[in-house]
Amino acid sequence: MISVSNVTKHYKGSPRPALNNVSIEIDKGDFVFLVGESGSGKSSLMRLMLREDVPSTGSVHVLGENLGAISGRRIPFFRRKLGVVFQDFRLLPNKTVAQNVAFSLEVIGKSQGFIQEAVPDVLRLVGLEEKADRLPGQLSGGEQQRVALARAIVNKPAILLADEPTGNLDPATSEGIMALIERINLAGTTVVMATHDRGIVDRLQKRVIELRNGEIIRDQRSAGYQKNPTGKIDTNFAGLEGGAN
Amino acid sequence: MRIIFREVAQSLRRNASMVVSVVLVTFISLTFVGAAALLQMQIGQMKTYWYDRAQVAVYMCTEVSPETVCPQGEASADQKAAVDAKLKSPTLSAYVEKFYFEDHAAAYAKFQEQFKGNAVADYVKPAQLNETYWVKLKDANQSRIISESLNGTAGVEEVRDQRSYLDQIFSILNAASLAAIAVAGLMLFSAALLISTTIRLSAFSRRRELGIMRLVGASNFYIQLPFILEGIVAATIGSLLAGGAVVAIVQFFVQGYLAQRMPFTNLVSLGDGLLVVPMLVGAAIVLAAAASGLAIRRYLRI
Repeated sequence: MISVSNVTKHYKGSPRPALNNVSIEIDKGDFVFLVGESGSGKSSLMRLMLREDVPSTGSVHVLGENLGAISGRRIPFFRRKLGVVFQDFRLLPNKTVAQNVAFSLEVIGKSQGFIQEAVPDVLRLVGLEEKADRLPGQLSGGEQQRVALARAIVNKPAILLADEPTGNLDPATSEGIMALIERINLAGTTVVMATHDRGIVDRLQKRVIELRNGEIIRDQRSAGYQKNPTGKIDTNFAGLEGGAN
Repeated sequence: MRIIFREVAQSLRRNASMVVSVVLVTFISLTFVGAAALLQMQIGQMKTYWYDRAQVAVYMCTEVSPETVCPQGEASADQKAAVDAKLKSPTLSAYVEKFYFEDHAAAYAKFQEQFKGNAVADYVKPAQLNETYWVKLKDANQSRIISESLNGTAGVEEVRDQRSYLDQIFSILNAASLAAIAVAGLMLFSAALLISTTIRLSAFSRRRELGIMRLVGASNFYIQLPFILEGIVAATIGSLLAGGAVVAIVQFFVQGYLAQRMPFTNLVSLGDGLLVVPMLVGAAIVLAAAASGLAIRRYLRI
């Protein structure tokens, strides 16, 4: 699903590589925490998986695509198979919750009919159907992150990349977001989440990859970790409906 | 598509003042381009008209000709016969379509008509005016053959291609139209810069949206299109105004004003003016698409 092999990434003007000979295999349905201090290379790794950047050496394969060789024209189509959320939510302030989610479908050319069905469905999934017509500024941080998650998964991606999704949230709200991300994972979506929050990592008992100075110092499948039993991607989130309050 | 047009309309409204300046700059610069094109058409028309009628004049000596070229004074009948024979000879007749001889009386009559009312008409006498062989060539470019073979012949004062007078006029007109083109070029350049600045501003104000579009996998084409359309819409409005101005110039100035004062000149017609309009619109579209496409490119780096 995601295969990073012997990747080194140098940035201009920095003597030390941001990533140093990193290799990772992530399977279908995995839930992986990327942990490490700021500057340890987590974000660089996420950027490589999203093909926002290319490694200096080594190769990155995601969803069967060799990201080093993918053509510029195909990158947008590759990204449609991924969902991404960030610490700062990245919502459009002048669009409502529903419009924010719809926007991501509009720009990839989905039909109005599809959008009108998919948007309420996914908002129900994240528990925001009541607030569909609010603007992001009228929502709490946790609610905004739910909108961002809704936008990330509305197109039923095979992989969800989450870069510090709880970084701006208080512990109680973080828990709600993590519950939602876990549910998304249970439905078959592979989740890669970068985080600082030790509490969340310890409680969820998932695979943990720890980076320090651009090198992997720990790759541990926690005792409680279990791979998604079917191993098959369930692209239909129907089983999750109503469970996200 | 509907969404793209919505975006374009929104963006045009948001950047109204910049859009107005783009419209005005393209309007003025393309008016210059159009005027230059019309002037070139006018020159072309006049050239074909006048070059077609231009003849080579073989001026025979008169009693008042300068002694350096005409030492014997007035050309004698023999000398005239010699020129006549030369023009009819196989060497020259191959190039000559026709020629005729204009004697003193005919030259005097023409002169009286041309300078009617002018004091000089009263003083001039028929004998002072050159008798002339008017030669119409098959190919107007070959006047040198005539002048080379007849210049210096006894009794010939001068061989003159009328086109040499025309060339002076045309070179002035040409310079004017080149100047118009140069000004138009500068204005078009500034229009292109203005378009790309406008588009850059527009993209900057929407960088958040652009970032999200890229994140969710919008294709470059989809991201680019609203901006390019924005530039094209503004420039097309400008070019249509310029087209209107060019047609108005032809209709009211050339046909309305010049045509009355220059009744025997073949002036550019309204049809010529209308021909320029699609050219201007096309130039505007190409210019705007290129300028805004280049401007938006750096926002598309993945």
